[in-house]
This record gives sequence, C-alpha cells and structure tokens, in this order.
Amino acid sequence: MISIQNLTKYYGTALAVDNISFEIEKGTVLGFLGPNGAGKTTTVRIITSYLSPSSGRVTVDNFDVQTESLEVRRRIGYLPENAPLYLDMNVIEYIKFMQSMRMEVSSTDGRRLKEVIGLCGLDGVIHKNIGELSKGYRQRVGLAQAMIHDPEILILDEPTAGLDPNQIIEIRNLIKELGEEKTVILCTHILPEVEATCNRVLIISEGKIVADGTPSQLQSSFEGRGTIVIQIKNNCESFIEKVAGVPGVERITASGKITEGLFNISLETVKGTDPREDIFNLCRDNDSVLLEMKREETSLEDIFRKLTRKES
Amino acid sequence: MRQIMVLARREFKSYFDSPVAYVVMTIFLLISGWQFSSTLFLTNTPELRGLFNIIRFILLFFIPAVSMRLISEERRLGTIELLMTLPVRDWQIVIGKFLAAYMLIIITLLLTMIHFVTVSFLGDPDIGATLSGYLGLILIVGVYLSIGIFTSALTQNQIVAFILAFVIIFVFYIIDKIIIFFPGFIAGILEFLSTDYHFNNISRGVVDSRDIIYFLSMIFFFLFLAVQTIESRKWK
Repeated sequence: MISIQNLTKYYGTALAVDNISFEIEKGTVLGFLGPNGAGKTTTVRIITSYLSPSSGRVTVDNFDVQTESLEVRRRIGYLPENAPLYLDMNVIEYIKFMQSMRMEVSSTDGRRLKEVIGLCGLDGVIHKNIGELSKGYRQRVGLAQAMIHDPEILILDEPTAGLDPNQIIEIRNLIKELGEEKTVILCTHILPEVEATCNRVLIISEGKIVADGTPSQLQSSFEGRGTIVIQIKNNCESFIEKVAGVPGVERITASGKITEGLFNISLETVKGTDPREDIFNLCRDNDSVLLEMKREETSLEDIFRKLTRKES
Repeated sequence: MRQIMVLARREFKSYFDSPVAYVVMTIFLLISGWQFSSTLFLTNTPELRGLFNIIRFILLFFIPAVSMRLISEERRLGTIELLMTLPVRDWQIVIGKFLAAYMLIIITLLLTMIHFVTVSFLGDPDIGATLSGYLGLILIVGVYLSIGIFTSALTQNQIVAFILAFVIIFVFYIIDKIIIFFPGFIAGILEFLSTDYHFNNISRGVVDSRDIIYFLSMIFFFLFLAVQTIESRKWK
C-alpha cells in the first residue's frame, strides 16, 4: 500500500530523515513512534506530498508521491499535528467544505456526512464555530475531515493529544475499527495507545528506524533479562543466601528490610527462563512465607526508552 | 475548476463572516465619495475622471488590506498543511483565493457607480469613458491583488504582507509620475511598466491590446510568483 525506499530529507543542512525504507501493507495499523524531532512528522509530510524528499522514492498504491501526487492525495485522509482548522467556520460548514474539496459531492454524500459526524461524536456541536470548541472537539473535527471521503489510508499525527481519558478510549476504538479495513498510520509518543490499537510498531530515532515489528515481537526480542520482585516473611537472611543459587536467577539486584522479618527482594533472571516455581519451592523448604511475587515484563515503554535514548 | 470555485466561495464568505468586508467597503466608499464630491461642484463637469484618480490612490491601501491574510493566515494557523495535501494543485488554490478577493473588490467598485447617477444630474457624462474607466480599474485591481497574494505567501505575518504589498504596488503606481527624472530611453521602459500609464490609455476610451496584455501578464507574473513561493516549502 505504502512503500518507502531510501527516503532522506534535509532541512537546509540539518538531516531530518536518514535513508529509511519500509513497506506498509493494506489493513495495517502502524504505530509510528519516536521522540519529538525524530522525523515522524517529516516522514508523514512526505507521504502526504506536503514536502518533497531530498532523495528516495515514496509510493502510495503504486502512485509516486512526487509525480502523481493528486492520485496519492485522493487516497489519503490526513490529520496533521494539532489539528489546524479554520477557526471562523462552523463545524458542519467546514466538514462540507473539506468534503467538496476532496471529491465530487453527489446526493448520497449527505449520508456519509451524517455518518462521520456520528462516528466522531460531533452531533451536539455541528453549528458551533470551530474557534469556540475545546481541543478535544477540534481533534474530532480534524478526524472527521480526514475520514469524510472514506479514504483507504488514514494518517493521524497525534490524534489523541488534548483529549480526556474517555475521549481517548473512544478515539482508540474508532481507530481500531477503521484499521479492520483501512491502512492507518498513527504517529504518537503515547505508548499505551500503540499497545491498544496497533498491529505493527515502527520506532524512529534521529531519522533512523531503530525497531520494526508487532508489539509482541518487539517485546520478546527485547525481553532479555526479566525482573522478579518478591516479598517474603520469616527466615529472610537464609532465603537470600539460597535464592542466588536457584537455576535461572542471575543475581539479586536489590533487597531491603521493611520491618523485622519482612523483606523485599528484586531478582534478575537469565534470558528465557522462568524460575518462579523454584523460588516458591525454596520458600516452602526454607519455611519462609511468600507474600508477593511478580514478574515484570519488558514494556514497550522500556524498549522505547532503550532505543531512543541519546548516547552520551 | 470545481475545486477553485469551492475554495473561492469559502474565502469570499469568510470576508463577510468577519467584519473585514463591511469595514473595508464602508471606509472605501466613504473616502472615495467624500473626496470625489468635495471637488465635484467646484469643477462642475459631468465626468468621473476625478473619482477614478481617487480610487486608484485608495486602492494602494485597500488592496493590501484585503489580500494580506489570504495565505499568511493559513501559514500562521498551520491550515496550509491540510489545504496543500488536498487533491488540489497549488495554482488552483492561489487562483481560488485570488478570485474571492477579486469578487469582493469588484463589488465595492460597482457600488461607486452611484456617483455616476449623481453626475448624470449635472449633465451628460460620457458613458464610454466611464465604462472603459471601470474596465481599467478592474484590471489595475487584478495586478495589485496578484501582488498582494504574492506577498501574503511570503510570510506568516499579515502586517508584513500588507507593508510589502503596499511598497511593491506603490512603486508601480508612482513610476510614471517620476519619469521626468530619468533619461529618455529608461523613461520609456519605466513608463511601460507603470500601471497608471496603461490605465490612462484605457480610460481614454481606447482599449488597446497592448494595455490588456500588459495587465494580464502582470497578473500572471505575480500569481506565478505566489505559486512558486508556496511550492518552495517542499524543498526548504
């Protein structure tokens, strides 16, 4: 659906996107992650043909974004960062305007208009000026104009910024629904959003792709050393001595006495092992009481931080 | 074409959604009417030449005021990003905005025809000269407006767009009034560049293709610059 080959973009002499290549298949909901200034927005602007690449080739549905940009633009619904809208127009006027700019409006398109207004939860505000709306409603208006022509590809740059938690969940569900038949690119740095909606994650840092895969693939490839946190009572000192010898336990990273005879212990485990059962057995043999045991998995957040931290 | 009209209609309507159109039209009509009538009864001749002179002067300020926000405001709000990613070509956007502003000014100009009625009471004004005068004004407006759109594309700041447009327009306005300071052959070129020189030719009632071509190519040139300016974002 979207193919990016050796894309490079300079702003003057500053390198924004550094020779990246990837493909996006139809029906993918792609979480496009990266810290601020990593090149997400630049890449998206090139796909939407707002900017031209310095070198490389980008095609959408086999149309080149530079030479056949009108064909590309017809297939894309785009919500730029911060949802820039005409503040002096009212909601319904604006959506109608965008609809007729995007396509020949026929008599059946009134239905589409109603449908999109319903989907985006705009029923109550259609006659209000966009300038009077809250940030959350503006985002929804932005989303509505991006969906109005029922595009095959939706590109949403931080669509949930400024929304309250309920609205965020609504929008996420909407994106998930859309992703069943459409291709969605979701730029964000909110990680739970990606875990909740995306079936593919692409992490970009300083203009380069640093990770690419499904959320679970990324998690398993980065799982490495897991962490187990336990809390025990009774015979703590002898337990700590023995636990270091349990197969799969790499080392004790921290242990702390909370009160007399009550310890918190953090263990690092060897990659690919799960020593929780052995730890439980050890407690029993040692006459210690296991109050708590929790394995902490590597979250996308950890991966993100690990990959995008600037090396100093 | 359809999209140009959709865009033009939106732009035109947005002039009337805000007080801009009303304020600008009122001030324009007040100043032109006052200036015109204050000398009309001194000369007591039934012609609109005086009105046309005044209007051409007011247009120096009036056109930049109408055109300044057309593109700069889109850049400031960021809406240009959405506009430029619609399935519309950049030149269609420029033309759409140009037409919207053009319509607003043509309507304002037509409102000044009320003075033609006044003058008719004084005597028999020359209808041909009046019509060619209005034709000349409409062409001049086109040139000024294309300059205004060009400067509006250059900056995010409406005030800067206004001042730049005023300066460029003023140069074209003033040239034929200062050519006596230049040697003959340069003067000839400068005179040909002047908007007023061509206006005077047309308003005399002689609609020469050279003058029409001058106006149309000026309009084309500055609209072309505006489109180029907008497109240059892609390579920055």
